[in-house]
Amino acid sequence: MESPIASGPILRPSSWPDAILLRSQHPDASPICGGTDLMVRINFGRARPAGLLDLTALEEGFDCWELIEDGRTVRIGAGVSFTRIIDELGHLCPALAQAARTVGSPQIRNRGTVAGNLATASPAGDAHPVLLASWAQVEVESLRGPRLIDIDDFFVGPKHSALDPDELIRAVRVPAATGPQQFAKIGPRNAMVIATASFAVNLDVADRRVGTGIGSAGPTPLRARDAERMLGEALADLWDAPGRIGERVAREFGDLVAGAASPIDDVRGSAAYRRHALSVLARRCLTWALADLGEAAAVEGGVEV
Amino acid sequence: MRVNVTVNGVAHSVDHVWALESLLDFLRERIGLRGTKNACEQGECGSCSVYVDGVLVCSCLVAAGQVEGRSVVTVEGLGSDGGVHPVQQALVDAGAVQCGFCTPGMVVAAHCLLAGDPDPDDLTVREQLSGNLCRCTGYQKILDAVHMAADRAGTGQ
Amino acid sequence: MTVTDAPTRPGVSSTVFDGVGVSAARPDGVPKVDGSFIYSSDEYHDGSLWGVTLRSPHPRARILGIDTSQAEGLDGVRCVLTHRDVPGSKIFGMVVYDQPVLAIDEVRFQGEPVAVVAATHPEIARRACELIVVDYEELVPNTDPEVSLTGQVDGLPGGGLVRHVRIRHGDVGAARSLADVTVEGRYEMGTQDPAFLGPESGLAVPLGDGGVELYVSTQDLHRDQRQVADCLGLPLDKVRLVLSGVGGAFGGKEDLSVHIHACMLALRTGRPVRMVYSREESFFGHVHRHPAIADIELGATRTGRLVFTKVRLVLDGGAYTSTSQVVIANGCYFAAGAYDVANVEIDGFATYTNNPPCGAMRGFGAVQSCYAIESAMDKLANKLGMHPLELRMHNAISEGDTLPTGQPVDGPAPVQEILSYLRDLPLPEESDHQAADMRARPGGVGNVTRGEGIRRGVGYALGMKAIGFSGGKDDTCTARVTVWIRDGEPVAEVYCAAPEIGQGIVTLEAQIARTELGVRTVELRDKDTNVAESGASSASRQSWMTAGAVVGACGLVRDEILERAAAVLGRPVGEMALDGSEIRDRDGRPLVSVAGVLGPESVSHAYIYRHRRTEPVDDERGQGDAHVAFAYAAHRAVVDVDVELGLIRVVEMATAQDVGKAMNPIAVEGQIEGGTVQGLGLAVMEELQITGGRIHNPSFTDYLIPTMLDVPPMPMKIFEFPHPDSPYGLNGVGEPPNLSSTPAILNALRNATGLELPKAPVRPSDLVTELLP
Repeated sequence: MESPIASGPILRPSSWPDAILLRSQHPDASPICGGTDLMVRINFGRARPAGLLDLTALEEGFDCWELIEDGRTVRIGAGVSFTRIIDELGHLCPALAQAARTVGSPQIRNRGTVAGNLATASPAGDAHPVLLASWAQVEVESLRGPRLIDIDDFFVGPKHSALDPDELIRAVRVPAATGPQQFAKIGPRNAMVIATASFAVNLDVADRRVGTGIGSAGPTPLRARDAERMLGEALADLWDAPGRIGERVAREFGDLVAGAASPIDDVRGSAAYRRHALSVLARRCLTWALADLGEAAAVEGGVEV
Repeated sequence: MRVNVTVNGVAHSVDHVWALESLLDFLRERIGLRGTKNACEQGECGSCSVYVDGVLVCSCLVAAGQVEGRSVVTVEGLGSDGGVHPVQQALVDAGAVQCGFCTPGMVVAAHCLLAGDPDPDDLTVREQLSGNLCRCTGYQKILDAVHMAADRAGTGQ
Repeated sequence: MTVTDAPTRPGVSSTVFDGVGVSAARPDGVPKVDGSFIYSSDEYHDGSLWGVTLRSPHPRARILGIDTSQAEGLDGVRCVLTHRDVPGSKIFGMVVYDQPVLAIDEVRFQGEPVAVVAATHPEIARRACELIVVDYEELVPNTDPEVSLTGQVDGLPGGGLVRHVRIRHGDVGAARSLADVTVEGRYEMGTQDPAFLGPESGLAVPLGDGGVELYVSTQDLHRDQRQVADCLGLPLDKVRLVLSGVGGAFGGKEDLSVHIHACMLALRTGRPVRMVYSREESFFGHVHRHPAIADIELGATRTGRLVFTKVRLVLDGGAYTSTSQVVIANGCYFAAGAYDVANVEIDGFATYTNNPPCGAMRGFGAVQSCYAIESAMDKLANKLGMHPLELRMHNAISEGDTLPTGQPVDGPAPVQEILSYLRDLPLPEESDHQAADMRARPGGVGNVTRGEGIRRGVGYALGMKAIGFSGGKDDTCTARVTVWIRDGEPVAEVYCAAPEIGQGIVTLEAQIARTELGVRTVELRDKDTNVAESGASSASRQSWMTAGAVVGACGLVRDEILERAAAVLGRPVGEMALDGSEIRDRDGRPLVSVAGVLGPESVSHAYIYRHRRTEPVDDERGQGDAHVAFAYAAHRAVVDVDVELGLIRVVEMATAQDVGKAMNPIAVEGQIEGGTVQGLGLAVMEELQITGGRIHNPSFTDYLIPTMLDVPPMPMKIFEFPHPDSPYGLNGVGEPPNLSSTPAILNALRNATGLELPKAPVRPSDLVTELLP
């Protein structure tokens, strides 16, 4: 095969400072790590970036995770694959591990990353609902310096994030679970499917608060604030006795989650279906999470459930 | 751009690689290893599955430049001593090959599965091979082949 | 169940290694697992260029002008061709020539080829395509087949109507008074895609004599050759097609794809040209299964005896006919199902629209009509309060009954046996969803239920299809067999152009030669157009037809060897038998070796096999003995449905099918499993979403086919009732399991939910009561 039309370079920094420098020097080169989003667009002729900034040759822990803040937070390097999240983080971030398991196929999970999900910022990114429910933060950096973006400020539009053009994602900080978490995802196929709708709930026992996240049902991943508030109030005195939370609360929670979504009709499903499905998913996820919470409370000698 | 890579144990140094070229195209068109198949080029079918540094990937979603200095193993690299690998033989023996277009990717994915789990149950096989689409067989014979390969390895055949 | 051995005929040893009836290994098995097998997308030639197609973005537009100058100026581009450059016929087609090689003054579907480019790199060719300026005047597309069938649409050939098929049997009007119970239903089916994994592709090599050689994947080399030669303006002997590896077909590789384009580019540039469609282009570059609307009315007595069946079937063929004329006929032939009904009225319409062209796909019209009649049968059973299987057994066709086309049902029709197996097969155990792995529940790894909302359903369906080409076609298949001696042992060479598309016809050719000649070594020669015509690998015909040809050729070879031996030994032919490398007497004692008889000479014979004659049906009442043979299969589907989310887990698919003779049992099982799963996909996920003539999901991300985790265990029973007319008693196998799979699942879903479910595939929202209109 003869050489094709000239294209930009593949830049392969080995250190983080080099990566930041190259990012600013080559704003038209696309950062690539697992490639599971970008290469699809390139192969289909949807993207023709002037070169690639390959982040897979980085040393210094880009593909490592660590516990920070006295073990309260998991700092996941931007190069950590979904497979490693499933294998290594199930005890610390169970919902994230569950979401990771629904990403594509083993081949995709071996390459794809949470940071890549974030960089693409698709409303269907499987990690996003969990990141929202967990109040994650995104570590980004450019020559101008590093900054920490709260997940609530990260998604600004369809496939559009708060990441500036000269910035790279270095890591994602996900608070470790302090209570039950659930993630569920709907697709018309039983494996390897893009979410028609997805949902995550996080019962943060330590801080006595409720986190939620909705995927594939709006222009961006969404938080169901009213649902969080309602459940937080319902749980106010019942964190140790969640068995007293009734079916009615779970239904209301489901309705509020559905109400927080702003889905559209597309090839993967109708807006009405997505809204309905979210109400069911949210109710079920909450029911399972409360059952887990009740079990934990019982084991720890809490109030009878 | 030059790419230096080891493929199936052989070192290659290839010039004039296009920055946006996939590892799949690189293997097929520059190394001449066309066993790795190009069925969807979007990571949905698994026909292009290869190992990069021992990790199972879709080669269509890896940029050729990303394998600089790495080791790639393709379907052509799994056999030994002029014979096919037991996973490959099991696919033949179980009747798991029809048109065969998915087969090279299926071989590599099944090889990877059994390397990590020598005796997987049905649901594990189904989940772990769910990224490898087959349009001919309905998968039953592929499932049979994985168990056949596992059994033969278990009994030392 | 009847199991027959291969008929033992005089002169043939019965102790054959890997002969007929054995699960012989595929001769291409090892090359396919080690990566060395060459598919059409792997074909390579030094110095080859890459061809890329420019396609219309519009479903309907007038072409006011095409400017290729910028594209031609791009570095690396070797030529840009449009309709002006088509040397011969500007149009081609399967039944009639009606589709432009490259669009002339209009485009009639989104994705219609407009220009082709050859360049030194595919990316250059793609960029050159973007530089071609086509001046389109967009027109409003006609996309409603119900409007087209009126034949009154401006801008479509025939006013939109391709063909109206009428079948009249008995008197439905008079029979109404006999019906205690009637049901009516409208059943729709979306557009299924063959979604073969190996994309359309090929290599065209220009020859010194002005001819061209095309290495390509196809289901029919010779039909392709005729179309390619016509459009290139070349005599047949200047156009040689060679079968390259076919990465699946399922009907979608009967129509031409890269063929003419690659040859035009090669002939113009004087260089070999490779073309490989991307997955997205593939969705635009081949025909789909016709979407269908079927209206059915059934009348029955209180005891469940069918007294009339009335069907109106509309299949939208899209922009060009491909095989629509034949698909609608085939859909109509079996629209009343595998049932004995005295009064039948069937009206079928194939239409033109500006939707993507539809043509052959596994089942060929019978998939659509089987889905409709089997759905209606369950509705009738419900209304009668009968078990759906009982209703089917009560009305099932049997040998000697008369089809709606007036043809007597001959050959085995073991429908009772098939249905009995499904009736008697124990049902799978109810799942304990709390305990079960989530991968076994609806929604799979999505973790959506722990048993909430799950209901189980069981459904049945029965299908019947003609085997081979119906309607009076004098269909033939030719094979040549040559025997010669290598190292003292006879070697049989088989020359047969029958396309190997994954079904295993090459395995069968070798098995038959071993069985017929007793030889161990069979060598299969390349399949190309220098070999005589075999006909298409379609219509479940190839095993039957090829077996007939190979058996015939082997018989002629055997006869000549024995005659030569008779001359050498001075014994009558009738007292000798050929057994591989030996010629033996009646008691099995060796008389002379085949090597001794042949020496350095070879014996070679060709045989042209024909099935029995058929006739076309008449236009008015659709009567005629149109069919070669019939085959039957049935399914029982067990499903778990999460009725709150509309998600499905197919728990089990049981199949029973009569195959006449299982020539290669493991291959037969593979056909049944594969066909069943294609039907499963059509039931629950596979649909090309097309509105306004535009395809919205041309990718494997959004056109979903079943993964391994979507597929259940598939118990099966293979019956072997020998067909009296066929070689070895075999019957066609490939299509029948594709028919009943889809309606069995739909019926199971109806059983689980109580819903009407008028459309396949079923989408999750179709199963959620709150969301239904």
